[in-house]
Amino acid sequence: MKIHEYQGKELLRGLGVPVPQGGVAFTPGEVKLVAADLIQRTGNPVVVVKSQIHAGGRGKGRFVEQPEVGGVKVVKSAEDAAQIAEKMLGNTLVTIQTGPEGKKVQRVLVEQGMNIARELYIALTLDRATGRNTVMASTEGGMDIEEVAAHSPEKILKESIDPAVGLQAFQARKLAYALGLVDPVAPRFVKFLLALAAAYDRLDCALLEVNPLVVTGDDQVLALDSKVSFDDNATFRHKELEELRDPNEEDPSELEAKSWDLSYVKLDGNIGCMVNGAGLAMATMDIIQYVGAKPANFLDVGGGATAERVTAAFKIITRDPNVRGILVNIFGGIMKCDTIATGVIAAVKEVGLKVPLVVRLEGTNVELGKKMLDESGLAITTASSLRDAATKIVELVQP
Amino acid sequence: MSVLVDKNTRLIVQGITGKVGLFHAEQSLAYGTQVVGGVTPGKGGETVLNGRVPVFHTVRDAVEKTGANASVIFVPPPFAADAIMEAADAGVPLIVCITEGIPVADMVKAKRFLQDKPGSRLLGPNCPGIITPKQCRIGIMPGYIHTPGRVGVVSRSGTLTYEAVHQLTTLGLGQSTAIGIGGDPVNGTNFVDCLKLFQDDPETEGIIMIGEIGGSAEEDGAAFIREHVTKPVVGFIAGVTAPPGKRMGHAGAIISGGKGTADAKLAALREAGVTIADTPSDLGSTMARVLGAKTSA
Repeated sequence: MKIHEYQGKELLRGLGVPVPQGGVAFTPGEVKLVAADLIQRTGNPVVVVKSQIHAGGRGKGRFVEQPEVGGVKVVKSAEDAAQIAEKMLGNTLVTIQTGPEGKKVQRVLVEQGMNIARELYIALTLDRATGRNTVMASTEGGMDIEEVAAHSPEKILKESIDPAVGLQAFQARKLAYALGLVDPVAPRFVKFLLALAAAYDRLDCALLEVNPLVVTGDDQVLALDSKVSFDDNATFRHKELEELRDPNEEDPSELEAKSWDLSYVKLDGNIGCMVNGAGLAMATMDIIQYVGAKPANFLDVGGGATAERVTAAFKIITRDPNVRGILVNIFGGIMKCDTIATGVIAAVKEVGLKVPLVVRLEGTNVELGKKMLDESGLAITTASSLRDAATKIVELVQP
Repeated sequence: MSVLVDKNTRLIVQGITGKVGLFHAEQSLAYGTQVVGGVTPGKGGETVLNGRVPVFHTVRDAVEKTGANASVIFVPPPFAADAIMEAADAGVPLIVCITEGIPVADMVKAKRFLQDKPGSRLLGPNCPGIITPKQCRIGIMPGYIHTPGRVGVVSRSGTLTYEAVHQLTTLGLGQSTAIGIGGDPVNGTNFVDCLKLFQDDPETEGIIMIGEIGGSAEEDGAAFIREHVTKPVVGFIAGVTAPPGKRMGHAGAIISGGKGTADAKLAALREAGVTIADTPSDLGSTMARVLGAKTSA
């Protein structure tokens, strides 16, 4: 689960990680109020207005409706802040991470301007190779870190965290001095990093990235930008974070699928698919492409696919206007094929069928399951193998 | 022969009084597995499955009373890492965790705990388990699709394992042992461990290795194959069409920062001399071809 920058910063502030002062606003009027308050409190007329969407590259991004405006803008008065917010709010921001369709900006973060002396990069995430969390640090703050990793990997420093003791101060010191920081900044960086690591644990993060981390002209260390995402498996112990979910940032079909405990990812092809098991679901997408078409989605109905869940899955797949055909691929192990056939038939009767449907069943009671589908009187084509099923659906869709 | 489990394996089930745990305990028992006990805190002293299986409060009790040497975990996600550590603390040599959805932070801690327990091996979590046909079934796989034979199967995906197993059975090749290592980003036994076991098992003649996007376990497996595996290996990687940055069902199946793509994994496997099956429908026939060529050579 991802959240907005301002939400991440509020969480970090609450956990003792220094971040700039600022606040979220939903209208130009609110922007003016927040900016005026900030200017009064800091005595500095410079404020930054930052578009809040779940995608990076906002500074270099451009609005479709206002091509001269970027996603992040530095201004020098509350009036200017309101004026620029007027051009951002309600408009569509396109960045390297949004794709060409962009994302609609519905809130902005208004933040105090900073006198930046240095920009650094810090992130915490899981290192799958070691099964441990790792701190990554670099002097190349503000840059696209994937590019740094690809072209100059030596510029990325790493410290592995022993889960038995957590990140230690000496590790933070090693990084501080390796990044070329000196007193009084180095001890402030150490304190910052230890607080950040504690926040990562406390919030069950999957990624906690600060890019850039800035050292100000007066030697303060702050998170100028932050990207926080949470481990989806740990949401049960963070009910409070659920409120931070922005439904505008998520695909409505993916949200509905989640409520049914279905794993669904929308793609841009035209063959809808419904499969049990994540690996088999991916392999089904792949074989659709292998025989010359493109999958419209990933959908794993899971092991305990009941008739209700199969019906819900059908509804989600058929709602996608791009879908020209559906491939159901179930390896019934413990779940018997006749049970699955019952679910498919019930779903088709309830939802209706406007596109070709190919069903491939394998496993327990497979003959009975196929017979039920064949005798249902519905326009369902059965297939004997995954390859056969993919070939059939592609032929039906592209005559 | 087989790897890790056989007819002498004595299994306990952690979470045996839950619906899923009980169902699969019964399935394993029916398959011929020695299910010698179960663990549910608070239900020690009871029995399940018509008095055939005693229940204990703790894994330590169960091991002491039954001589169990393997445990399978059907405990809900919030308590599953604790269950893994409890089994390791009791000295269980093989711990198979079926549970899906364990928080990553919990698994990071459990993995660290296991480092100090070299006598215990973890399989999973988020896996279908392990089976040696006609001898021992640990997990959730449909037992009847398996048949004893010459091919070792190791996979990150449950249903894709069944797909491969079913084809091997239909073609008469059968399986020595089929192992699901699970789809989580932090797990126990990996591809390299299983490849080594199969390479050293005299009755395994060929190996099917099924990977998916995310992480670098397949690349590590490929490097090991190149150096140490002399038996023919057939490979498949799921997720060629998966978009980056999206979690594809399994917690570990995600391409992040340009890493963990199917193309990179396929390239590493090909370079290591692995024969790639074009589709999952071709896993069995590809293995038959590779083994046939080998025996006739």
